[in-house]
Amino acid sequence: MSSSTKPISVFSPAIMLPALRDAFIKLDPRQLIGNPVIFVTEVVAALVTVIFTQDLLTGQVGTSFSGQIALWLWFTVIFACLSEAVAEGRGKAQAESLRRSKTDLMAKKLLFPDRATDHASQIIPASTLQLGDIVIVETNDIIPGDGEVIEGVASVNESAITGESAPVIREAGGDRSAVTGGTQVISDWLKIRISAKPGDSFVDRMIGLIEGATRQKTPNEIALSILLSGLTLVFLIAVVTLYGLALYAGAELSVAVLAALLVTLIPTTIGGLLSAIGIAGMNRLIGFNVIATSGRAVEAAGDVDTLLLDKTGTITFGNRMASEFVPVGGVSESDLASAVLLASLADETAEGRSIVALARADYGISEPADATSAAAFIAFSAQTRLSGVDVAGRRIRKGAVDAVLRFVGLDKAQASAEFNKAVEAIARSGGTPLAVAEEDRLLGVVHLKDVVKPGIKERFAALRAMGIKTVMVTGDNPITAAAIASEAGVDDFIAEATPEQKLAYIRNEQVGGRLIAMCGDGTNDAPALAQADVGVAMQTGTQAAREAGNMVDLDSSPTKLIEIVEIGKQILMTRGALTTFSIANDVAKYFAIIPALFVATYPGLGVLNVMGLTSPQSAILSAVIFNALIIVALIPLALRGVAYRPVGAAALLSRNLLIYGLGGLVAPFIGIKLLDMAVTALGII
Amino acid sequence: MTFSGWLQIALVLIAVLALAKPLGLYMARVFAGERTWLSPIVHPIETGFYRLAGLRADQEQGWLAYAFGVLAFSFAGFLAMFAILRLQGFLPFNPQGFGELAPDLAFNTAVSFVTNTNWQNYGGETTMSHFSQMAGLTVQNFLSAATGMAVAIAVTRAFMRSGATAVGNFWVDMTRATLYVLLPLAIVVAIGFVALGLPQSMDASFAATTLEGTQQTIAIGPVASQEAIKQLGTNGGGFFNTNAAHPFENPNAFANYLNIIAMLSISTALVYAFGQLVGNRRQGWALIAVTGVLLLVGTGAIYWAETSGNPLLHAVGVDPALGNMEGKEVRFGQAMTALYAAVTTGLSDGGVNAMHSSLTPLGGMVPMFLIQLGEVLPGGVGSGLYGMLVFAILAVFVAGLMVGRTPEFLGKKIEAREMKLAMLAILILPLVILGFTAVSMVAPFGLSAITTPGPHGLSEILYAYSSAAGNNGSAFGGLSGNTPWYNTTLAIAMLLGRFAYIVPVLAIAGSLAAKPRLPGSSGTFPTDRPLFVGLLIGIILIMGGLQFFPALALGPVVEHFAMLAGQSF
Repeated sequence: MSSSTKPISVFSPAIMLPALRDAFIKLDPRQLIGNPVIFVTEVVAALVTVIFTQDLLTGQVGTSFSGQIALWLWFTVIFACLSEAVAEGRGKAQAESLRRSKTDLMAKKLLFPDRATDHASQIIPASTLQLGDIVIVETNDIIPGDGEVIEGVASVNESAITGESAPVIREAGGDRSAVTGGTQVISDWLKIRISAKPGDSFVDRMIGLIEGATRQKTPNEIALSILLSGLTLVFLIAVVTLYGLALYAGAELSVAVLAALLVTLIPTTIGGLLSAIGIAGMNRLIGFNVIATSGRAVEAAGDVDTLLLDKTGTITFGNRMASEFVPVGGVSESDLASAVLLASLADETAEGRSIVALARADYGISEPADATSAAAFIAFSAQTRLSGVDVAGRRIRKGAVDAVLRFVGLDKAQASAEFNKAVEAIARSGGTPLAVAEEDRLLGVVHLKDVVKPGIKERFAALRAMGIKTVMVTGDNPITAAAIASEAGVDDFIAEATPEQKLAYIRNEQVGGRLIAMCGDGTNDAPALAQADVGVAMQTGTQAAREAGNMVDLDSSPTKLIEIVEIGKQILMTRGALTTFSIANDVAKYFAIIPALFVATYPGLGVLNVMGLTSPQSAILSAVIFNALIIVALIPLALRGVAYRPVGAAALLSRNLLIYGLGGLVAPFIGIKLLDMAVTALGII
Repeated sequence: MTFSGWLQIALVLIAVLALAKPLGLYMARVFAGERTWLSPIVHPIETGFYRLAGLRADQEQGWLAYAFGVLAFSFAGFLAMFAILRLQGFLPFNPQGFGELAPDLAFNTAVSFVTNTNWQNYGGETTMSHFSQMAGLTVQNFLSAATGMAVAIAVTRAFMRSGATAVGNFWVDMTRATLYVLLPLAIVVAIGFVALGLPQSMDASFAATTLEGTQQTIAIGPVASQEAIKQLGTNGGGFFNTNAAHPFENPNAFANYLNIIAMLSISTALVYAFGQLVGNRRQGWALIAVTGVLLLVGTGAIYWAETSGNPLLHAVGVDPALGNMEGKEVRFGQAMTALYAAVTTGLSDGGVNAMHSSLTPLGGMVPMFLIQLGEVLPGGVGSGLYGMLVFAILAVFVAGLMVGRTPEFLGKKIEAREMKLAMLAILILPLVILGFTAVSMVAPFGLSAITTPGPHGLSEILYAYSSAAGNNGSAFGGLSGNTPWYNTTLAIAMLLGRFAYIVPVLAIAGSLAAKPRLPGSSGTFPTDRPLFVGLLIGIILIMGGLQFFPALALGPVVEHFAMLAGQSF
């Protein structure tokens, strides 16, 4: 999938040709009625066409004008349909490859699911699998449907879904028990209980979402549609009554010019691009390898006030790392470093490796050449809570403070004040002290700490500028949590977090009227994921978590919440910007059309022709052409979305008002003038 | 335009702004049910009314019951008024012995006063008995204004509450608006008017001997008291046919100042009270700023157009320095005429101190446009505030989208239901104004009332329906509106402009009251800053402009260019 999400030009033939065909299919009024603005345009276009045909048949003069108006009204409708088709077209390629992974899938259904060792199975089409069926999947088999591993361990290639080629481990129990239909087992076997009804699997839902088949209007889209319909009605009233007012003034306006006036005034630009914006937003999300179960969730993401993030893996690297060596009792820093380096050479834990790395990088220590050959390494054990090395008659140990003290034969009170102070200072700062000793002498303390990911603090600052509060969730004690929270720059933290606490925190925030987003992977996250307004489940997580959330992150990268929020905001912003643009356009259209309609009756109104358009007919035609072409011109913007900057609401608004409000006021004056020059030069009027 | 002219305009507006805070705070206390310094006198009367009506003041209503209260009360008021007018001949205090009004005129007049429009298709001093003026018109001047305030307060409560089903009690709000606000202020202003020379008498007229020695009958009556509530309640229905241009309604420059200040005071203070009640005074000031800017621009436009005068008259030797003085009173001058015209139309008052029909084409277009903007500058008492809030909801919706959040206003999310209701309310004005105007422009029964053909005739009719639907009540003049067609359709326009607006607005109140009040964050767009003021002004102008530009182009705009080209109508 990641391969198909690289940007393809909107106007490339591969997208455009099928989209054009789809656009014509969408002209069906029964489909169009869901989009009132464009539906009205279609009705008006049909009306003008009928009158044009009538005039043509009865041999009236001057039919070319109404014919061209009719043509451009139809173009307006087609362009609107085209924008939607293009947006859908970009998703179709992705859906196609997914669907291929699904077709002709066969399943090995266990004949005797109750017998643990009997793997006798019957091969049936995957599409006939029912909820609760138990299947066996062996090496090189494609997993026939979504389910939960109930027995076995296997490595699974999930690249069909995630685009990530490295296989992942799936096993019974724990947080890695969920499997997705369409992925392939590449070693060992799994026994799977099917957890999705036929046609309702994860892949089915993805296909549906990508194709836009199951797309429903989001609440905000509905509210905007109402505004647009209301404006359409207002202009319908203004245009229909204009006929009467004109009659009084002694001008009988033709249906063609009234239709032209109506269609240029109603917000066809935003009306035509509205659904494309929503579809493109979902596609952008899919481009980030996030699947949302509904557009509503994406929109809610734009409104999120509070972000709950797991500490481990999101804010910190997840492993404690050595950050400092604190020598005691006159030992030099480099002596401590070389001793602890020796003791850690064979230590394959992340902590051990980080000690080696720190000693080499910051203290420039390199191990003796023969260090490993003559050394006897003592591995860490839960009983001793020590590890170390015996080399060249030296016995070096590192480990938990009390264990090392026991090793040197001291109790805490007997240790030097300097040592105790160093240990306390590290603990107070939220770190973990690791004592180091050689024989009966304390050498010093290694400061192990959770290392905050680089750049994360800036991201949180950006979120704060957006008005979003970040909350870190961790199992650490409050002291450690507070230290990391302040280092990472989060606004709040939940220490020693239990699933109940998370749920309570979310509920409490929601009572205050805030919208919460969180991500999680474990089964114990499921209640919180379900309670949160935006719950992002990791693809590597359990089935329960994936069911509870309303989005799934295929890359299982929790910081993505930030991108999701941005996409949610972008969708709304694009709608708002194009609505403003659409309405602001009307001013110029009035100045093009009103003088054109009445200059014959009241020559004085010619003064309003500020653009100096050639003739009344060229003015009206140019306005209609501009109105149609602007839809096409804005398709790329609708698909890309208006750029979001985390600068605070007021700055964002003034920027967008300037670009789309003022721009919308000015652009059509220039555009209509240019089109008028072209229309005049071509002599088509 | 002169410096002293602008100085006068500035002084009047500063006086209004200075009054906004104390009066606003007072009203906020009144409608929150708190004690005020008038309580010792008024509270016993208030509770007496409740006891009489068997009403419990602490029992609140949902929006539907509230709306029903508004409609029922207004309908009862209409019936009473209609009966008084139809039975005028049999009723007391009728020194001139006027007979009953024709059914269509009585209908029109009753609707007009119940809807706070005060469109007058009759001449006051030649049609109405003192009883009709006092028991009919003046009573409705109070009650229709109080009704508007009650609705505005109900909408305000929707923003104050969270998860509530009730928006207040209409009967209580209406009673308090009358007893605590309108009545005391009317007494003060009426005394002020008497001091400035307005008559207050139960006599019908007195006879005077003119310089030529002939006898003249001069109509008087209880003018000062009616004038006070006419302005305070933004009613605008004058005692005399020529309204505030009449020397007994508006005898001098100081009376004119007081007229304008009285008109603006409650509406402006109510906006302040809104800010106070929702806990954001800056919001109140922001909305006042919107009205202030638009009113100043409107005043400036009229002032400029009128002082520029009419080149056709200059050509025949009229001193251009005077500007266009046709239809104006010299005791007010250009500046105060411009301010009065802008305020009375921006405000849905409808009283006039000059003939709007005699203004220059552009000078006349501005008042008409101010009405068409929806009577929100600052609008009629109450109706201005809730009208402005509908526009604010629209502005917030567009702004909210542009900052990437579900739009919210004062912590209330604006969603599909609010948009639907707001659009319903917005649609009323163009539908009624343009619809009736278009029919009148082509039908013989419509055309027959036009006294001036050509674009000016269109302006006359467009102004009439704008005034009716906007519940303004001012007349352009020149239209012979006392015909069955105009009496009936103008009345329908008034009814729709009032109640087809109030019902969706109260439904919005109900919907908002039920929503939680969300705390703001830096991602929420602030609605109490200059940026929002600018946006709201833009939305009001664009909505109004886009709806009425074609109609205005065929009326005053054409006339303006024709005037410049040397043609008059």
